[in-house]
Amino acid sequence: MNRNVLSRRALVGVAVAALALAGCGGGDDDSDTGTGTGTDASAGASDYANLSGELKASGASFPDAFYQEVITEFKTVASGLTVNYNAVGSGQGKKDFGANLNDFAGTDSTVKDTDGPAAGSYLYVPTVAAPITVSYNLSGVDKLQLSPDTLAKIFQTDIKKWNDPLIGADNPGVTLPDKNITVAHRSDGSGTTNNFSKFLVAAAPAWKLKSGDTLDWPASTQGAEKNSGVAQLIKSADGGIGYVDFSDAKASGLSFAAIKNKDGQFVAASLEGATAALNGATIKDDLTYDPLNAAGPTTYAITAPTYILVRTTYSDAAKKDAVKGFVTYILNEGQTLAPEVDFAPLPEALKTKALAQLDKIQ
Amino acid sequence: MTTQTQTGPDPKTELSSRGGGPRADRSFQVLTLAAGLLVLAVLALILITTTREAWPAFREMGLRFITQNRWDPPSEIFGGLAFIYGTAIVSLIALIFAVPVSIGIALFLTELAPRRLRAPAVTVIDLLAAVPSVVFGLWGVLVVAPKLVPIYQWIHDVLGGIPVIGAIFGQPVGSGRNFMTAGLILAIMITPIITSIAREVFDTVPRADKDAALALGATRWEMITGAVFPHSFGGLVGAVILGLGRAMGETIAIALIIGSSTQITANVFASGNAMPAVIVSQIGESTGTFTAALIGLGVVLFIMTVIINTAAQAIVRRAEIRMRGTAS
Repeated sequence: MNRNVLSRRALVGVAVAALALAGCGGGDDDSDTGTGTGTDASAGASDYANLSGELKASGASFPDAFYQEVITEFKTVASGLTVNYNAVGSGQGKKDFGANLNDFAGTDSTVKDTDGPAAGSYLYVPTVAAPITVSYNLSGVDKLQLSPDTLAKIFQTDIKKWNDPLIGADNPGVTLPDKNITVAHRSDGSGTTNNFSKFLVAAAPAWKLKSGDTLDWPASTQGAEKNSGVAQLIKSADGGIGYVDFSDAKASGLSFAAIKNKDGQFVAASLEGATAALNGATIKDDLTYDPLNAAGPTTYAITAPTYILVRTTYSDAAKKDAVKGFVTYILNEGQTLAPEVDFAPLPEALKTKALAQLDKIQ
Repeated sequence: MTTQTQTGPDPKTELSSRGGGPRADRSFQVLTLAAGLLVLAVLALILITTTREAWPAFREMGLRFITQNRWDPPSEIFGGLAFIYGTAIVSLIALIFAVPVSIGIALFLTELAPRRLRAPAVTVIDLLAAVPSVVFGLWGVLVVAPKLVPIYQWIHDVLGGIPVIGAIFGQPVGSGRNFMTAGLILAIMITPIITSIAREVFDTVPRADKDAALALGATRWEMITGAVFPHSFGGLVGAVILGLGRAMGETIAIALIIGSSTQITANVFASGNAMPAVIVSQIGESTGTFTAALIGLGVVLFIMTVIINTAAQAIVRRAEIRMRGTAS
């Protein structure tokens, strides 16, 4: 994985060098600063070098690994522009955006009236998506299938033992042990909790805990900090189950359950399943979309979107170009980096819409 | 300086001629008064601004904010009783373990230890205070908690059947992240503070008092209970209160170890949550009334600390009169 990233970086470096040479030969016929209407990666690349200054950004921690990877790569083509993304959480990112403390914000959720940013002052740009796994630790069971209702009942502790007939019904032919289920959830407010619970609200009539960044979990469940904390908690208890983002679950070597999707198929968490969910989701006019419980036979049902909030107007033209340039980079070159850090790239159609969204920035 | 006092017939005029006199006295008085008032002003401002920030939650919930046991942000219901309970129970466990150990260490160091052992022992204990709390937290969650589970299970198996005690030592939670582990780690964290203050306090006991007790034929233990304890009771309560303050305010270690469940249970082997841990975990992704409720927890914690400190001072004042009386 590391070597992969390294070799990719080397490749990008070579490509950049080649582009720079090409740029010299071609003259400056393409001088408008990366408005990014084209999806052709090379068209914008030569312009990135003209960008300068510093961009401050804050927000969601869910896509942080991806944004940091993109920022590192971006530095190789736009050495004059420094981008800092601070993963303080979606809520704080939106507050900062409303108080004009950052140049763009990352958020997993849409903006509500009380969040800070004024209506009309921002645009959504979808960047990537990622599956949220239902990870478990159950010795002797290496393949687990769960329907949304069973999942809901496990997480609200209606089902307390692994050999419950409801779990058995989802897993014909599998011998489930007579063990207590330890439910692990996030103790910190989190977009991951929000998306996981939104999925259950949408897909499981049995779910009673509503949705939100923090839920009223039953007393016998346990909380832990961040995705890595939940993963660690699941690992530490035989019979543990919890929701963990894809990259942390993979890094911790946990097994994930296959979740029954809208089409009735059990699909395990994967980037392909996530991209399939994006294809199955309806995109609204403001480019927000809900890939949770999306249709399609190969769809992974618990797929979470994430957005960047950009301002509709930037008073500083250089800042506007810098934001446009960086977000264009995310949507073009950045998409090929996504799978390396376990995020699912956007489908072409959505990517084109996202790039068009950037043209609305004044 | 000596020559000056010799030449001047009146020391008062001599002092005033060297700068200020009554005016300097007055300005010094004003300066120190301002410094003293500044502390009060800062405390008052903290209380006022946090209360104002928390007001939407207080208005919404009223007294139920501290009497209801339901924390349900999606439904905008914020009853923090479980967190108040968690803070109290964890601090209590910490004190039960830390106070006897700390006082024991302090007595050993001041009364029993050979002189050349004192300095290194003090250094080691002070080093314990220098360990960052997140390190304690990670150690607690990765090393201590899993190791304690079999011990908890054994205690539960032995004592679980007895009526009242059985409820306290109930079925332990599988990960070992519970009130007990949190309290034990906290005990280790507050031991250096209590020890070092208790040691200072014991050091202030006059040699003459101790010698007098020994001269009257007292054993070392009788000397400690008869001469050392009565003299240092007030200081010891102060040491315990400082430790308690640290325990109640400890945030990140507790957030990691306590297990983050919202529940009130007598079972010390069950997961719970505490006010500072809830604040630090949830404030990042909170908005509106939810944020106000979290700040409200901070206000409640602040008020609890003030009440405990005031109560402790009252205890000290009353007990000092009583114990000094019997001791003399």
